[in-house]
Amino acid sequence: MMKHLKTLTLLLSSVAILSACSSTKLDDKAKVDDRSGADARSVSTVNTGSDALNDPKGVLAKRSVYFGFDKYDVNSEGKQVVEAHSKYLNANKGRKVVIQGNTDERGGSEYNLALGQKRAEAVRKSMSLLGVSDSQMEAVSFGKEKPKATGHDEASWAENRRADIVY
Amino acid sequence: MASLLRTFFSVILFLLSVMFTPAQAQLRVEISGVGASQIPVAIASFANEAMAPQQVTAIIRADLERSGFFKIIDAGRVITEETPVNHAEWRSKGADALVVGSVQRLSDGRVEVRYRLLDTIKSVSLSGLTLTGQPQRTRLLGHQIADDIYEKLTGVRGIFATRMAYVTRAGREYRLEVADADGDSVQVALRSNEPIISPAWSPDGTKVAYVSFEHKKPVVIVQNLVTRQRTVVANYKGSNSAPSWSPDGSRIALALSRDGLTQVYVTNADGSGLRRLTNTYGIETEPRFSADGQSIYFTSDRSGGPQIYRMSVHGGHAERITFKGSYNISPRVSPDGKTLAYISRREGGFNLYALDLTNGQELRLSDEGRAESPSFSPNGKYLMYATGSGRRGALAVVSVDGRVKHRLTTRAGDIREPSWGPFMK
Repeated sequence: MMKHLKTLTLLLSSVAILSACSSTKLDDKAKVDDRSGADARSVSTVNTGSDALNDPKGVLAKRSVYFGFDKYDVNSEGKQVVEAHSKYLNANKGRKVVIQGNTDERGGSEYNLALGQKRAEAVRKSMSLLGVSDSQMEAVSFGKEKPKATGHDEASWAENRRADIVY
Repeated sequence: MASLLRTFFSVILFLLSVMFTPAQAQLRVEISGVGASQIPVAIASFANEAMAPQQVTAIIRADLERSGFFKIIDAGRVITEETPVNHAEWRSKGADALVVGSVQRLSDGRVEVRYRLLDTIKSVSLSGLTLTGQPQRTRLLGHQIADDIYEKLTGVRGIFATRMAYVTRAGREYRLEVADADGDSVQVALRSNEPIISPAWSPDGTKVAYVSFEHKKPVVIVQNLVTRQRTVVANYKGSNSAPSWSPDGSRIALALSRDGLTQVYVTNADGSGLRRLTNTYGIETEPRFSADGQSIYFTSDRSGGPQIYRMSVHGGHAERITFKGSYNISPRVSPDGKTLAYISRREGGFNLYALDLTNGQELRLSDEGRAESPSFSPNGKYLMYATGSGRRGALAVVSVDGRVKHRLTTRAGDIREPSWGPFMK
């Protein structure tokens, strides 16, 4: 068992090294002799963790819009969430989101699916008004089929009256 | 380290064994009501019926009892279809009819059941059948005989040989299952880790359309039950749901949100030729073809809350059908087109109602307060619906007059979204 693990570790690390080598791009056009431009010894940092989407404390960490009982419009709290994500999507045209609408468990599954769609659509429309391209968004509904809170009380129902912005 | 790994693997093995243990397949039936008048029928034991895998007369008896329209008298002895019968004897025992028969194994291994239905009042034979089938289809032969008895004595076609589709959930697994109308002979049509809702039978009983969330959003799929072939009928941007078949099986009405809010569309059964039927800024969903295929009943919130409307299959003007209560959903039209069943929320509870479309009279058919997903039996005499009474979902069957009731439960977990299948050719 242990021996196999060692072999596996060795194999994985060599794959990692190999792929690191192959990803080094060769710049054919670079002039070897050019010393007139920027200091050839300066180093600029590229930080892959700088995407605001990945900041757990940033405004984009909030990705749920909550709705009151029998309510289908985005309230002021929800507007902040919608505005933050709209700003991000406008700055990052390559990113796409699915807006998933949900309802509480009361009522029929098909009608709730349509109500969840109404919530997702409200969020989609708000983002569209803030300039987000239609090709970056899809509004879908889970109705009452995928409840986040599984209780049968007002607290659970409130948690499930929700639209999630999913990247 | 090694012992830790061993513990880890034994836990995994245990979880796997729990996950793959076949669930209690058969549904349990509890009867809680009978018809206003019951026809007394004596059932004799069939000769040699122990040679078939199931006792045919036990199946016939259970079917007729469950229907609520018969009082079963045990004949207490074997009588074959050829035994001379003293009709007066059975009249004196209170039986209006007598069922007799025999079972034999054919040389090719099939089971043959011969049966005769006798009218003891008129001293005549009402019907007789010889049915054959593979031994594992013995239950079906019993259901077919029960169907014949039901039809000859009530004048209405029997539904014991029909099937139903429904969705179960156990742990993370959702299953679309097909069972006989008595909850037996369960077969799994689809397993998924994502929800399945709204199964709808094609009129010929070979396919089921349903909504699957396996693509992380609701998509309408038609599955051939025999070949397992699956066709994506609607996977447009947004949500795709609420499929229902036209009576001739050529088209499917459904609800799509591709143009914003949920609206009613109709498409060919292969997904081609999509046409939009409603044009509102509200919710239009749950379309159902009328029995004659000329109109579509559907749920709309154009008046504020959800109500049931009817429009032509070509769309256009819609006429409101329900007025009592502020929340009426899930319209289902009876096969004769005269009754509309739906779920209504009144005083906080969701119950099944039937509206007589000829005189506007409404009848409440459930009282648990958690009714959902009604569907008519193909003979129009019963409605099946999902009920959440207790912690688990169960299925309930009620006669359209509200008198006959029975419940189907499973130990496997939650059971919901029932759909009663058509008569099979």
